[in-house]
This record gives sequence, structure tokens and C-alpha cells, in this order.
Amino acid sequence: MGNKIIYTKELAPKTKLFEIEADHIAKRGRAGQFIILRVCDEGERIPLTIANRNPDKGTITLVFQEVGKTTEMLGQLAVGDEILDLAGPLGKATEIPTGKTVVCVGGGIGNAVVWPQVQALKEAGNKVIAILGARTKELLILEEEIMSLADMTITTTDDGSYGRKGMVTHALEDLIEEGEKVDEVITIGPVVMMKFVCKATEPHGIPTQASLNPIMVDGTGMCGACRVTVGGKTRFACVEGPEFDGHAVDFDELITRLAYYQPEERASADNYHRCRMEEAADNLGNHG
Amino acid sequence: MTDNTKKPKKVINKSKTKVPMREQAPMDRIMNFEEVPLGYTEDEAHQEALRCIDCKTKPCVAGCPVGIDIPAFLKLVGEKNFEGALRKIKEKNFLPAICGRVCPQEDQCEMVCTLNKPDKGREPGGIGRVERFLGDYAMEHNLTITPEIAPATGKTVAIIGSGPAGLTAASDLAQKGHKVTVFEALHKPGGVLFYGIPQFRMPKEILIREIDGMKDMGVEFVMNYPVGKAEPLDSIRQRFDAVFIGTGAGLPWFLGIPGENLNGVYSANEFLTRVNLMGGYKFPDGADTPVKKIKRIAVIGAGNTAMDSARTAKRLQPEVVYLVYRRSRLEMPARIEEIHHAEQEGIDFNLLHSPIEIIDDGKGAVGAIRCQEMELGEPDDSGRRRPIPIEGKIRDFAVDTVVISIGQGPNPLLSADCPELARDERRGTIVINDYAQTSFENVFAGGDIVTGGATVILAMGQGRVAADAMHRYLMTGDPAPADNESGDVCPNLT
Repeated sequence: MGNKIIYTKELAPKTKLFEIEADHIAKRGRAGQFIILRVCDEGERIPLTIANRNPDKGTITLVFQEVGKTTEMLGQLAVGDEILDLAGPLGKATEIPTGKTVVCVGGGIGNAVVWPQVQALKEAGNKVIAILGARTKELLILEEEIMSLADMTITTTDDGSYGRKGMVTHALEDLIEEGEKVDEVITIGPVVMMKFVCKATEPHGIPTQASLNPIMVDGTGMCGACRVTVGGKTRFACVEGPEFDGHAVDFDELITRLAYYQPEERASADNYHRCRMEEAADNLGNHG
Repeated sequence: MTDNTKKPKKVINKSKTKVPMREQAPMDRIMNFEEVPLGYTEDEAHQEALRCIDCKTKPCVAGCPVGIDIPAFLKLVGEKNFEGALRKIKEKNFLPAICGRVCPQEDQCEMVCTLNKPDKGREPGGIGRVERFLGDYAMEHNLTITPEIAPATGKTVAIIGSGPAGLTAASDLAQKGHKVTVFEALHKPGGVLFYGIPQFRMPKEILIREIDGMKDMGVEFVMNYPVGKAEPLDSIRQRFDAVFIGTGAGLPWFLGIPGENLNGVYSANEFLTRVNLMGGYKFPDGADTPVKKIKRIAVIGAGNTAMDSARTAKRLQPEVVYLVYRRSRLEMPARIEEIHHAEQEGIDFNLLHSPIEIIDDGKGAVGAIRCQEMELGEPDDSGRRRPIPIEGKIRDFAVDTVVISIGQGPNPLLSADCPELARDERRGTIVINDYAQTSFENVFAGGDIVTGGATVILAMGQGRVAADAMHRYLMTGDPAPADNESGDVCPNLT
């Protein structure tokens, strides 16, 4: 099971796209599902949503942001390298309606997940409107890819450097107020963004699926690290999700749980940077 | 050659007690993750084996879930023929170094040993200790005892899950000449033997070696392949002549009390997985998966997993490790040896305390666990005395971490993707007949996915029974033994 990287592209600073050989995941995976990967011995298991699949070629596409040691190490890999461990597809697929008007609201790296969703929704005969947000123009990813599939695409940046200035929630609210008949909303992005997207749709009674990204260890239902409260009940995002009824999700709990290991994540990344700098210094020494 | 071996006469060590096993001292071992019992030397194993009186009834063999010929291997150890003894064990059990460590011998072979007369101060033969010695002997002397493999049958078998049940079935079926492929969802093989059993109870090197031995026998291992997700069971059972499901009891139970989703509350599975499988105790220099620095921790439950969790926690050097259990010492399900080790290591046992709430420290993390003090009432359905609350007696334990270790249910990953597979509606376990066969003709199952949660050796026993039935099924089309041959049926474990 080689899991060889066959294509890489930098989509934005610290944001990369990899196409990887993973035949069975390419064939069986569905929009909304994720994989778990590990890049080195004693490395972490991290979940990444499948951004695209090419069943004929037997490849999947992953998009990730370098935010910690594991994603930075992943980012160091190049075409021809292999991913040490790659398991999937995990989680439940996005429930795809037919003949509806669906708005996909993505933010930041979340747009990578909007991409396969828009594709699946279009294939099922839905009208799809994509709202894509980013902090600033250079961080906006996959706009062209999504725009070529969706019936309409609205882009927003927080600083107004591109598209509409402001938050995705404002664009969504305007869309609803302008009288667009929205049957369903699917949202994926920073937790705070998803929380406000759900708040925006709730008064209108628009069913809203939120794709959650809690901390996971095994990703197969075994550890419960990923538990989230939905409608007052504890659910395991890895096997019962990752998508849940956004109006029932306890987003504040999710934010707190996501922050628990931040000091360790920072320490790990700092440690890694120090090691790499020492290595670089050693190399300079050797060659100097 | 001595006279003894020429004219074998019975040499019996008449000591009433087992040859003691050396251990790391409690205060030393809580500072490391090295193994606690140090094992027998050749002389110690020899002396212990000589205690066996080679009785006629051999109750120990019947007491062993995999039916090892115990008197025979002890006799060989008594003759210092260690390699022969290993061969004898490996006829029935390919994992002696593991079973010698994790089997509850005191409830099995040793309990029924003819020597065992506690009222007369006489201990049973130290079967587990000698078995472990042999497993270690093989490793130290780099002895690979690969069982004889029958000529290839041309049949293919898929084993789903590489825990104790799956590994046993895989090994048995490979021996019988079938082409075996093991599918594992995680990145390391071994299931609970890897993620659950801590390094200080069973070093991972032992497991890795046993699995390498299976690879030498021609068993293929496919990691990172969660069957049910990566490939439907339907497809697997078309691709292979027979399938064994041993996906285990991987779904952790929680208490259902307020505060259980606060930061710092772990299932035992998560806590042990972070430390054992992911190497969290080596974070950040030796491993990338962190486990939070713990000051004060409470482990809820009193089974073997709770003892493993408490003792694992102790090695992370906190100020205090509480063990909290709602019943009394008599009802604790853990092995006596594990309880004893935990006590030696300074685990603070709080029996007859039932958790009722986990209290927020004000920042979304654990601040304390609130417990109702209990007393014992009349026996309940399980025959154990029911704990009943003592009114007004509430006690708070100030802790920053809580580990819930109250059991687990069957892993839902496979069955969720295959609703046609017959299951026990209430328990979620897979239903099998006397020959380990599920509702699909060529699909068999065993271990915790069938029992709902038992021990490593019982899972191995079921793997063995299933392998026998699968072999018959593959060769004749019928998993039941012919009238004139004997065959074990699945032990009733529920």
C-alpha cells in the first residue's frame, strides 16, 4: 500500500494540496469522509478530509495547512515520497439531497471540503451556491475549482482584499433576505464561523449540517477523544459524524475541547523547529 | 548424561509454594515503563516445573482455554529440555510469552491444579510463570519455532482485526495450509495487545516478535485497512473462501454523569492508546502524540483495564492516583496480581465510592470528581452485593484528570456498514452458532465482538475454536465435525 505522492501544489502560504495514490479510498470514499495519516514512526495520527478522489486513477487529493509538527512534516514531503500510514475512508459521508437548493459555506481550509461536496451535490441534481471565505486574498483557496462546478459562487475576505468585504455569514444572510429559496446549508470551516452560520440559518428554519473537526486519536470509534455534544447527547464525531445537525451542536464545548492540547501542540512544533535549525546549523558547519 | 536422564525417576520439588519471581521494587518501577516481574532464570523455571506431580487427572489441561498439554511441557522443563517444552506449548498456543503474562491463570489452569490447596497453605504449580519463561527463553536464544505447515490447500482466508482472537485464528489456519490475510484498521498489529496492555505488563517487542513469526509462516498483514469502510464485508466474503471477524470490544462506555465532556476526562481506551500505542509518555522528544501533564488523577472502575490505567498514570509521575470504585474489594473484577501490584505502587484505593458528577475548574477542564459514598446491600442479579448510597455522604476528590474505565461494547465500525449481519439487538454483539459461524455462511466470528468483553485468553480460545470450524468448512463445506471426530464448540462466555 504505497500511498505515493504523485502531485503537489502550494495553494496559499502554508497551505498545500497533495494528490496521493490510495486506490481503495479513491474508489470507496464519498464526499464528507476523512482519512487518518501518520508521517513518521512515533508520529501522530491526524485526520484530514478527503478533498477529491479520482477512482479511475486510484488517487485522492488532500489539502492541509501547516499548523503543527505533523502537518509541517507532511509539507516537507515531495512527489515520489510515500505517506507512512494512510487509513480510510472514515466517518459518514455527507447526506446528499436531490433537486434542492443547497448553500455550501466554507471558510479557510474548509473550502477544501466544500469542493467535493459541491461536486456531489451537482451530480445529484441540486442547485448549488458556494460561499467561500478567507481572512485575506492570498489565503483564499480552490475558488476556481469550486466556481467551475457551482451554479453561483460568492467570495468574501475579512479585509476586503478580494471579493466581498466581511464574513461569510453576512453573505449568507443577504442571500436569504434577497429571497433565495434555500433548502439546506452545509458548512465547514473554523468552529466560530460554523457557529455563526448555524445561528444565521436557525431563525429561518433552514436545516444546516456542520462538519466538525474535534481532536481524534484512532478515528475508528475506539477512544472517544472526538466526542461532541449534539442535542444534549454525546456523539463520537469519527464514527457518527463528522457532520451533525448544526442547530443542535454545542459549539462552545467543541471550542474548549479543541484548545485543550494547544500548549503541547505549540511545544511540539517549537521543538521540531529547534531540531530543524540545529540540523541546518550542523549541515552548514559540515560544509563550511 | 547423568543417571537421572537415563533412568527417568520422578524428581519432585516438594515445596508448598511457588518459586518466587523477582520484581522491580515498587519505588523503582513507578519511575519507568519497564516490565515489573523480571521472570524466572533457567534454574528457577526448572525448580518450579519439578513441583508438578504429574497427576493422572490433569485438570489443568481442561482449565486452559486453548488446551495446552501443561504436564507435558512442565515435564520437559523438569528435564531442562526448554526447546522441547516450547514445541509442546506451541502445538496449542503460539503466543506463550504473551499468555504467560496476561492470562488469569489463577482462574484457569492454576485454580484447578491438584496441588492447589489454599487451606493447607499449598500453592498450585506456577504454570503461567514457567510458560512465560519459555516464551522469553525463545526470544533470548533467538529460537524460531515455526510449527509445521500443512501442504497448501489453495483456500484463502481473511481475518478482520489483529487482536488476540484474530491472531490465533490466523496462526491456526495458516498452519493448516490456508492462505491467510489479516486486515487491521490501526497502523500497528495486535489490537488490544498493542493499544491496551501497557509496556510494563507486556513489552511490545514480544508482540512484534510473535507477529514476525506469523509473517514467516506466510500470513500477510494489511495495516490501515478498516474493513466495513475501506471495503465492505460483502466484498471481502466474495474475495475470500472464508472470513473471521475479530474486531473486538472497542467502543468505550462512559458514566453518563454531568461534566463528562470536560477537558481532562478520558476513556481508558483513549488514555491507554495515547500512552501505549502512540508512545505519549515519550512526548515531545520521543513521540508526537501528547498526554497531558497530570497532577492528580482519578481512575473510575476496578477491572484489569482500570488497574492498567492507574498504574500507567502512576508512571507519569503525578502527585496522587485515586482509584474509585462503587463496590467493595471482593467485587473488584481485576486479577489479584494486578490489584496487588497497584497497591504496592501506591495507588490510593477508594472503594464504595460512586461518581455522580465531574466538576468544572472554571476553565472547561476537570476540577474535581464528586462521589456518593456507598454501602453494601443485598445481592443483585450478578450475585454480587448491591452498592446502595449512604444518605448525605458526599465526597469530592480534587483532580485534574479522570479516566473512565467501566468497560466497553462491541466495535461498531464493521457492523454499521453491514446491517444484514445478525447481531444481538441489545448488546450489539455478533451472533454465532456452536461453530462460530455467523448468519453469513462463510463468515465466522470470535473474541470480544461476540462476547462483548472478556479476556485475552478467552478471545484466543474462541479464535482457536473458530479456526477449527473454518478449516472443516473450507475442506468439507460443513463447519460441524463429522460424527466420528471430536470438535470443540464455542465456550459459553456470557
